[in-house]
Amino acid sequence: MSGVERIRTVFEKTRREGRAAFMPYHAMGYPNREQTLAIVKALAESGADLFEIGIPHSDPLADGPTIQTATYTALTQGTTVADCLAMVRELRAAGVTQPFCAMTYFNPLFAYGVERFVEDGVQAGIDGLIVPDLPPEEAEEVEAACRRAGLATIYLLAPTSTEARIRLVAQHATGFIYLVSVTGITGERAELPPDLADFVRRVRQHTDLPLAVGFGISNGQQAAAVARLADGVIVGSALVKAAGSPDGVDAVRRLATELAAGAAHPA
Amino acid sequence: MTQGAKDPQRVNYRAVPDESGHFGPYGGKFVPETLMPALEELEEAYLQARSDPDFLAELAYLQRTYVGRPTPITYARRLSEHLGGAQIYLKREDLAHTGAHKINNALGQALLMKRKMGKTRIVAETGAGQHGVATATAAALLGIECVVYMGTVDMARQEPNVFRMRLLGTEVRGVDSGSRTLKDAINEAIRDWVTNVRTTHYLLGSALGPHPYPAMVRDFQSVIGQEALQQMLDSQDGPGRLPDVIVACVGGGSNAIGIFHPFLEYEQVRLIGVEAGGLGIESGQHAARFADPKLGRLGVLQGTKSYVLQDEDGQIALTHSISAGLDYASVGPEHAWLRDLGRSEYTYCTDEQAMAGFKALCELEGIIPALESAHAIGHVLKLAPQMDKDQIILVNLSGRGDKDLGTVMKELK
Repeated sequence: MSGVERIRTVFEKTRREGRAAFMPYHAMGYPNREQTLAIVKALAESGADLFEIGIPHSDPLADGPTIQTATYTALTQGTTVADCLAMVRELRAAGVTQPFCAMTYFNPLFAYGVERFVEDGVQAGIDGLIVPDLPPEEAEEVEAACRRAGLATIYLLAPTSTEARIRLVAQHATGFIYLVSVTGITGERAELPPDLADFVRRVRQHTDLPLAVGFGISNGQQAAAVARLADGVIVGSALVKAAGSPDGVDAVRRLATELAAGAAHPA
Repeated sequence: MTQGAKDPQRVNYRAVPDESGHFGPYGGKFVPETLMPALEELEEAYLQARSDPDFLAELAYLQRTYVGRPTPITYARRLSEHLGGAQIYLKREDLAHTGAHKINNALGQALLMKRKMGKTRIVAETGAGQHGVATATAAALLGIECVVYMGTVDMARQEPNVFRMRLLGTEVRGVDSGSRTLKDAINEAIRDWVTNVRTTHYLLGSALGPHPYPAMVRDFQSVIGQEALQQMLDSQDGPGRLPDVIVACVGGGSNAIGIFHPFLEYEQVRLIGVEAGGLGIESGQHAARFADPKLGRLGVLQGTKSYVLQDEDGQIALTHSISAGLDYASVGPEHAWLRDLGRSEYTYCTDEQAMAGFKALCELEGIIPALESAHAIGHVLKLAPQMDKDQIILVNLSGRGDKDLGTVMKELK
């Protein structure tokens, strides 16, 4: 089964079950290598349907302070692109079966070699690719490599996206579309934006692909609210913050259980 | 070829960037989706403004009556005699209001925003503080709210400019992440822009970033080269002919592209960009994107594809320069393209060579240059003696050195 198919299977299952997919993000290498493996396993056991695997970059300009600090910590400990793929291999060997979408910025991908990254990624167990600073206009090489390897190319849309851009992204995206809930960077927020429902509806008119919402979701209640509107709930900063706390793995497990329950019970 | 004639056989330098914002393999738009509509809006406003006689007339009026354009060219007689080679002329951007070429672009973009875009707030970043001061000035003049991001390392080495921005009513926000210099200030400015994009224009300070910035900033800065071309051909103030060589420092590269651009078709004029060699290329502590084959490679940083100082894993390298304004890991995409074509050449000066240039200009010409510009002079110290007395070098003196006195005082102790 290709990565695109594995991702499709997840959303078919969650749609059948009348719930949204819970899609946690983790910054690979944070707080260290060993903990990363334990945290992803804990997430897998706590209801994760699909993972965003954050490959650190020195200049993560779509990310807020929590993820920026986490990825910076990972880098200072020497985390490389190759290490991240090696961790993915280990997680697969340890029995983690959920789809993995690599989330990174274009330069680390470009430096590694787009073709090589896609080949090594598929071998390691990557199913899709999210590159927030790579709009479809610049993504020809990445899309071609992903198509050959069956990897999903997941694009972001934002509340500022025009109809023309929604159409463009809908044409190029495979797997699912990542809807950024706010105009802003990643990070927890007290309230979800009131125009989120409209935004999801606007995108829905142009595509049947699953729509997953991220940025700013940090508790079960918010996850339930998003689950009512979309096919997937993406949570990053809140989980990364939990991962950095003294009882990291347990804190992640607790929060993930709450978020997964929220995603499963649309409110 | 007769003097002043253009060679019609060559590349059409006006045809870049293409519609997608590329200069050959360089440039483009590598930004989060939230910003894509803002870039489209900016491009439309800019293309409209470029052919709007009212806009152009107002900009020209402000350049004349507020900025003090045209800035003169000065024949550097004593420096020329001292070096014993080529005759050296200086294009005096240090005499523009706020003391550097940065005002050309700041005023252009602020006016564009005010007249064409219906936004109410500006964010900007600054390294040396010159772009920050220019932006704060334009914002004050046009009555626009302004926030400037600046690395805390740069705030310490450019204290007077921080104070100046605050006097002008701008909020200066210190950036404590990463290297705490220009690169990190740009990241923060972009994050602010992503968050407030509906009301805010990002007034980017150099000929880099995503399309249309490299082209737009180049066009606003090309006034330098247009004036210089006329002034050089003038036989009263200038030598009455084209220069043989033009030298300009290159951080992001806006002053260099500004003076180079109107000369591109004059293929007999050599164009030389001078990067920051810091403590030397071998040390790895520099900002010479083109000169270091180990760290300087094709990559993407902050919205554009160009040469980027980076490690093998694509992580952006920390840079060093005595000059905060040159201390940046990437370079404007048009420079990379011109270099591939062989139309412009790039070299570097170390901190030490730049200081030699700084002192020479102070002592021989009574002009205190910005440390950025001192890199260009540093190269002239090497180049001029190898040239004939009837040859001419034109140096873009991009800014004045008042802001750098603190750094220089420490250096000369």
